[in-house]
Amino acid sequence: MAQITLANLAHSYLPNPSGEADFALKEMNHVWTDGEAYALLGSSGCGKTTLLNIISGLLRPSQGRVFFGDTDVTDMTTADRNIAQVFQFPVVYDTMTVRENLAFPLKNRGAPKDYVQQRVAEICRMIDMEDQLDRKARGLTADAKQKISLGRGMVREDVNAILFDEPLTVIDPHMKWELRTQLKELHQRFGHTMIYVTHDQTEALTFADKVVVMSEGRVVQIGTPEELFETPEHTFVGYFIGSPGMNVLDATVEGGSARVGAHEVPLAGRYDGLTGHVQIGIRPEFAHLSESEGLPVTIKRVEDVGRHKIVRADHEGTEINIIAAEGAEIGADQRRVVFDPDRVNVYADAWRVPPTSMGRAA
Amino acid sequence: MDKRVNQKAWLLVLPVLVLVAFSAVIPLMTVVNYSVQDSFGNNQFFWVGLEWFKETLASERIRDALGRQFMFTLIILAIEVPLGILVALNMPKKGFWASVCLVLMALPLLIPWNVVGTIWQIFGRVDIGLLGYTLDALGFDYNYTQDALDAWITIIVMDVWHWTSLVALLAYAGLQSIPEAYYQAAKIDQASRWKVFRFIELPKMSGVLTIAILLRFMDSFKIYTEPFVVTGGGPGNSTTLLSIDLVKMALGQFDLGPAAAFSIIYFLIILLVSWVFFTVMTNLDKEEGPK
Repeated sequence: MAQITLANLAHSYLPNPSGEADFALKEMNHVWTDGEAYALLGSSGCGKTTLLNIISGLLRPSQGRVFFGDTDVTDMTTADRNIAQVFQFPVVYDTMTVRENLAFPLKNRGAPKDYVQQRVAEICRMIDMEDQLDRKARGLTADAKQKISLGRGMVREDVNAILFDEPLTVIDPHMKWELRTQLKELHQRFGHTMIYVTHDQTEALTFADKVVVMSEGRVVQIGTPEELFETPEHTFVGYFIGSPGMNVLDATVEGGSARVGAHEVPLAGRYDGLTGHVQIGIRPEFAHLSESEGLPVTIKRVEDVGRHKIVRADHEGTEINIIAAEGAEIGADQRRVVFDPDRVNVYADAWRVPPTSMGRAA
Repeated sequence: MDKRVNQKAWLLVLPVLVLVAFSAVIPLMTVVNYSVQDSFGNNQFFWVGLEWFKETLASERIRDALGRQFMFTLIILAIEVPLGILVALNMPKKGFWASVCLVLMALPLLIPWNVVGTIWQIFGRVDIGLLGYTLDALGFDYNYTQDALDAWITIIVMDVWHWTSLVALLAYAGLQSIPEAYYQAAKIDQASRWKVFRFIELPKMSGVLTIAILLRFMDSFKIYTEPFVVTGGGPGNSTTLLSIDLVKMALGQFDLGPAAAFSIIYFLIILLVSWVFFTVMTNLDKEEGPK
């Protein structure tokens, strides 16, 4: 087990990258704490898998170093790094039985027989395949095969980290919950550092202690699910996390209030000397319809998703989503929207700006 | 509700039936016809029943040819299959050199049989052939026209030269279809090179290898042109394989009856071996599959 440090890390798939655009992974510096569960979250093609493969050693970064603890592992092979990885599609050894599959990583490392037996039995109970132990892996369903892959990833106790590359894509929804819960339990029991790549925010938020949000080869925020929800550091995080995502409006910000077009939006803190493209962001959960105050909007439609209603509204061409309680009446004269001032975030050139001081000026 | 029966659909099958009858069934039946009759001049035929079959099965000459045939086929399979796999494993997976390799490998397959025979016939000659002359000059006592072992080595090397690339290409196609994740997983599981081959590559190739072995079995069992051009079946009868013997009997001696019986037995052997092999291979698959 080890803390993972990425120092000046960057990667390009081209032999001679010239500009920043050539890099699949832009330069980054991060320290990932030993024993935490991280989720790498981002849309397809944002560099999640590249980063994962660099950590596992399947890919050598074109720049920078990777450390496990104090050891520089940049030039070490995958096997020497002592990590486990589970892939998006099930990888099983067809001609082996389930038992042999699970024992394979241990046997290759020369583990004693009774230890192998005991570990296989444990893992098998965990993935719930005890009755299929002596069947050949060929011909099992995709779920079952992926469970074997997961099992093989977890069978070694002494690994530095366990990496998951969208491992639950092929699994049935009800099984997903179960396996994710088991992974989480396992994490709490053994304290392995886990890195879990996914593009599913629910999966990321429920699995991880810390979520690493990536966009276009860059890590835009590392934070707890709560931090990502309340203070997205980048408008991308705002859009990407939450359903629907954060509302982002072009604005000018002066002191303790923002102006959207001709309308004033009160803020909780003071912001001075903002430059660049200024926007304000507010989660739909903290926007409310009103009859008298706030921004004028036209309501396009109301979607009832069961627990609550999503109001799709429009303010001078910008879409604003509002989440209203399930029982709330949405009247024809509610033509305005107000925001909770302490939930409004301010962005300059897409990055969040912290307030220079809290509390509104008189 | 009653299903409507419409027998007119048979008409649609008719063209195919006529074609198959004309090109396959009737010629085969002609052979069957010859195999149960004795023929004399003036197109006189006499019914002999299964006499020719009994004679063929009892004939030492044919048994010897059959033995040589099995030996030839087993030897070339034992060389070409492992060699083909080895070549496929070492071919580059992508890029310019992969294409170059593919073209080079396909070349021997494009050469007509009798040209291959002629190439090797000349290549191996001690007086003017590059191979024969070189071996002779190096002090090897090599002469495929006089020495049975040399003749065997020559036709086996020729077949390996001609057909290994077929096995290699099929094995290569099998290897190419293995997703990269398998190799990555194997690295993480610290599997040795041998285990990667044994537990990933070989199982994934088993389908195409079955086909490769079947094709090579059938083709080599029927081989005629190349050894005929190189050795003509000699020296003596030492390289007289089944087809060469059959042609000698049918066209050289014009023994139509025995040759027809021989052909049918020959055909049935190929059919039987192919069927047994294929059934065993597919059953192996099924046993491991879902119940």
